[in-house]
Amino acid sequence: MKPVPFTYHDPATPEEAVALLAEHEDAKVLAGGQSLMPMLNMRFVVPDHVIDLNGVAGISGVTDTGSALEIGAMTRQRDLMRDAAVVAKTPIIPEALENVGHFQTRNRGTIGGSLCHLDPSAELPCLMAAYDGVLTAHGPDGARDIPFAEWPLAYMIPTLGPDELLTKITVPYWGADHGYGFVEFARRHGDFAMIAVAALLEVEGGTISRAAISIGGADVRPLRLTEAETALVGAAPNAEAFKASAEIARGIDAMSDAYVSSAYRQRLAATLVERALVQAAERASGSA
Amino acid sequence: MVVRYLGAEVQRMEDPRLLTGHGRYVDDITMAGMLEAAFLRAPLAHAKIRSIDTSRAEALEGVHRVFTHADFGEKYSHRMNQLYPAPVIEQNKTQYPLAKDEVCFVGETVAVVVADSRAIAEDALALIDVDYEALPAVVDIRTALEDGAPLAHADATSNLMGKMRSKFGDIEDAFGKADHVFSAGFMQHRGGCHSMETRGVIAKDDPWGDGLTLWTSAQSPYLIRRALATWLGESEERIRVVAPDVGGGFGPKAGFYPEEIAICLVARLMETPVKWIEDRREHFVSTTTQRDQYWDLEVACTSEGKILGLRGNITHENGAYIPYGILLPNSSLTPLPGAYSIAAIDVGVDIVFTNTIANSPVRGAGRPCGIYAVERMIQLVSRKLGIDPAEVRRRNYVRPDQMPYETGATLRGGAKCVYDSGDYEALLEKALELSDYNSFKERQATARAEGRYLGIGVSSCIEDTGMGPYEGTTVRVESSGKVAVRTGAASQGQGHHTMIAMLVAENLGVSPEDIMFESADTSKFPHGVGTIGSRVAANVGPSAFDAAKKVREKALKLAAEVLEASEADLDIEDGVVRVNGAPDLSITLGELAIQLSPASALRVPAGFDPLLEATSYDGSSGSPIACGSNVAEVEVDPGTGEVKVLRYSVAHDCGVMINPMIVHGQIVGGVVHGIGNALFERMIYDDQGQPLTMNYGEYLLPLASEMPRVDVTHMETPSPLNSLGVKGAGEGGTIPAAAAIVAAIENALEEFSVEIDYYPVDPQYLTELIDKGAAQAAE
Amino acid sequence: MADTRDIEVTVNGKSHTANVETRTSLGDFLRHGLGLTGTHMGCEHGVCGACTVMVDGEAVRSCLMLAVQANGQEVTTVEGLADEDGTLHPLQEAFWKHHGLQCGFCTPGMLTSLAAFLRDNPDPSEREVREAISGNICRCTGYQGIVDAALDAAKTMQGS
Repeated sequence: MKPVPFTYHDPATPEEAVALLAEHEDAKVLAGGQSLMPMLNMRFVVPDHVIDLNGVAGISGVTDTGSALEIGAMTRQRDLMRDAAVVAKTPIIPEALENVGHFQTRNRGTIGGSLCHLDPSAELPCLMAAYDGVLTAHGPDGARDIPFAEWPLAYMIPTLGPDELLTKITVPYWGADHGYGFVEFARRHGDFAMIAVAALLEVEGGTISRAAISIGGADVRPLRLTEAETALVGAAPNAEAFKASAEIARGIDAMSDAYVSSAYRQRLAATLVERALVQAAERASGSA
Repeated sequence: MVVRYLGAEVQRMEDPRLLTGHGRYVDDITMAGMLEAAFLRAPLAHAKIRSIDTSRAEALEGVHRVFTHADFGEKYSHRMNQLYPAPVIEQNKTQYPLAKDEVCFVGETVAVVVADSRAIAEDALALIDVDYEALPAVVDIRTALEDGAPLAHADATSNLMGKMRSKFGDIEDAFGKADHVFSAGFMQHRGGCHSMETRGVIAKDDPWGDGLTLWTSAQSPYLIRRALATWLGESEERIRVVAPDVGGGFGPKAGFYPEEIAICLVARLMETPVKWIEDRREHFVSTTTQRDQYWDLEVACTSEGKILGLRGNITHENGAYIPYGILLPNSSLTPLPGAYSIAAIDVGVDIVFTNTIANSPVRGAGRPCGIYAVERMIQLVSRKLGIDPAEVRRRNYVRPDQMPYETGATLRGGAKCVYDSGDYEALLEKALELSDYNSFKERQATARAEGRYLGIGVSSCIEDTGMGPYEGTTVRVESSGKVAVRTGAASQGQGHHTMIAMLVAENLGVSPEDIMFESADTSKFPHGVGTIGSRVAANVGPSAFDAAKKVREKALKLAAEVLEASEADLDIEDGVVRVNGAPDLSITLGELAIQLSPASALRVPAGFDPLLEATSYDGSSGSPIACGSNVAEVEVDPGTGEVKVLRYSVAHDCGVMINPMIVHGQIVGGVVHGIGNALFERMIYDDQGQPLTMNYGEYLLPLASEMPRVDVTHMETPSPLNSLGVKGAGEGGTIPAAAAIVAAIENALEEFSVEIDYYPVDPQYLTELIDKGAAQAAE
Repeated sequence: MADTRDIEVTVNGKSHTANVETRTSLGDFLRHGLGLTGTHMGCEHGVCGACTVMVDGEAVRSCLMLAVQANGQEVTTVEGLADEDGTLHPLQEAFWKHHGLQCGFCTPGMLTSLAAFLRDNPDPSEREVREAISGNICRCTGYQGIVDAALDAAKTMQGS
């Protein structure tokens, strides 16, 4: 299982990378390599050019702006898990990342790579949907911001032009007292989730003031359960409310494949939405 | 003589090398002029080959040659031989090394490219143009025997490879007088090899010198040598087959593959060494596997749960070709009646061709399937009659006073199946104790009150091990005093070197570190058989022990003369023969060896044959039957259908244990493989025979995070069938595992009346059963 | 014409320069370019972990890195775990003691993964060890000997 021969490029700046993308039509971008390399080895992709981003300056690292995280696209998943601001301000991210592959893959895998690869079962897209993250792309004409809701175009295809580079992801904070729950079901530790649920809650004075529920693995893009979110606002964070959310989840459109039926995905969505909300409520201050 | 090593947990001699990265697997071997090969494989499950054009591939820089069937010429144009002929085989289908005009499974070898590197060889594959005419493919064995079903082979008369039957006792009487008859149907799917090292072959042909040499990641070098010699029409003496370090075998590496012939031919025709390493995608489609078996059984029993008879039919997936004859379906039948005395059995098997990779034994072979079937019927009797599963077993076990017990079944080769020794009920009690079985209901109730579903399942098994004819050993003391031990036995991690060194050291009074061990090289030992069916310890153990004993006797006899002492007063320690009570009187084994291999003009002492050496083919006279009982404790999450194995207990009897640490490793490894079969491993093909599970993200092997600790307790009932009392241990962990896991899941989900009718049990399937049961309960 | 690059990689403390085809994986470069065959290729798609090495101290799958990506970096393979004088790494000793290997094919990946893991997690629970090696497949041992070895080595490494 060896890749086809290709011309290898290792640009030093985002501008160089963008220029290479513009120049070479049949090019693949190499970030962490944990998704691209298997595809190269299996010859599922046969590019003429590989553009390695690992040496590109300025697109990795985490900045706390006070109201949001700005994460360079080439930030390693491992570094996200260890970053103090991520742990403090967006604790659902490190918790979810425990389920992403294995520590060896997290040592190389990047947040940008995962978001561009856009596997339906991947955890990071699910989280970005919950957060309404904003993705910044650089092209020959400059930079543009893309809200995550507009990011997935089709199965494993993001809204990224052929000569655009994802450089940054902005994750706006929730309140300091917010609760979070991340629950997924995978056959084995580290496997892609059949269904993953990210739940964020803010609770004030015993009622839910804000809710986000994102379901990954059901469709080509993560689904925000907006109907359930709306129903939760103003409700008490109790078992009844969460069972109602679960029933809404049971009704989502879920895909079917050779391994897992849509009915089972729906069933999992219901079970996991309930569990994620319970977790989030337990962690939200202001629940009592 | 003091027992020093036998039964000791000696750390393995193999390990320092392997731990420091100095193993030598096939892909680690390199030689001058070596080129690399890649195979073009059939992309369709069934097709005619109309034409092949290799010209574009041959033109690629770095490619030396491309071969198809036609390029091998008339001399090498015949099909592979049937290595395991049997009258049962109604339609004998074997492969050509490279397909001639029809391909019958995705993955079948069609062409081979030889290039400077593997990467270039793969580039060239894409440039080979094959014109296929697709034919209908048959994949589902349930419909493959119906009229009008597509044929797996265009020239076959049907998809029936053959039929077998195990029939003994008076089955009509058993079912006639039974108080109850219960029936069950279920599917068993066991998955593939997935040794961490894939297959691989290096061939070098030196017709004016050493002849043909083949390095191959294989379990049976002698089988390969003979098969290759027969196919080529040449002498075995001019063919050397070496299995170097082998990274796991598990059954599928015990055969003889078309790639082995093809690589030998290209090396010969190109007059240069050629290496082929199977990549993992190839492994999925071209290394033999075990797939589907459908069982339909009826059990006749009394109201006390005593089983009187078992009858039914199996439909068994064969795959496209028959590299292992009827070994696999046969080994599914012979374990019936399991650990129980059942007076009558009548079970037939239809062996069905499909357009998939051939099915072959995978750790346990058909024994897990046969044992699963018996255990399921026991479970059924237990449930229907409301008798505790352990109690039903007690009422049916073969008893120690019945040993040796003729089950009524017949083994391959015609011998009667006889259980030689073992106390099955005692093993059950040990397993129940180890697993805290008696307090389980309490644990279950407590957990249920917390909303958790725990279940427990028991299974018992027997395992025929140690099949003959032999696995010989030569022991020779060298002038240095070091001991050279040679055997044909091939190792894929079972610790044979350590086991044999221990046995030889035991008898010769040397330390295991003084033993230089060589195995699995047909030029180093005249003949061997293969590492399959947990047969090595029970054959090579006695032969190594016996050879060492003979060397000891010879040494003492000569030493007695030299030291002018009586043999009875002599002992050997640290390679030195001493007279008890007269420590100054001594002679080393090395010195004795020199006396028996003196320099020119000197004489070997009168009455002695040259060399301090002995060869033995002592083995087992029959099949030592290992046995065990397993208890699995699981937790099922009805929300997701996830099964967690919380606890797994094994009570096992493999006779005398040479190295208990090695035995323990085999049991635990075997259990985890069995849990993998029960819950995870499934090789899926679509209805056109296209394999779908082609990577380790989709084909699920058991990982450390999901596997339980396995608690093991042993009984050692020596086998009367060999000098050491040893029985095999390699597969006993796997054989009963699925039955225990499935029973535990059903126990956990009793309130939903869950009855599982196939494994591997996946969460989606369980939730469907749970939802169905919940709906029925609500009505 | 193959696309090649000159690279300099330090492996087990020794610097190597080579001209490699850019599509060559780090694992293949170590094995066939440098003759360090201790690292094994089990799947070439990043799941089995047999190919694990340390790059700049972090455990990575060498089948999922190009050799050119290791330019200027420090790689540790299984051959570099023992001391210069041959003294085994505590993990190697522990694997030997606890029968943590059978065929030995997954072992180098297990050792490098655990060496990195224990360095960052010196006192793990059994659960944590099992999760740490969930990215390494063993078909022979059933993992128990490996887990016992890792826990024992952790104790030894803490003590020294």
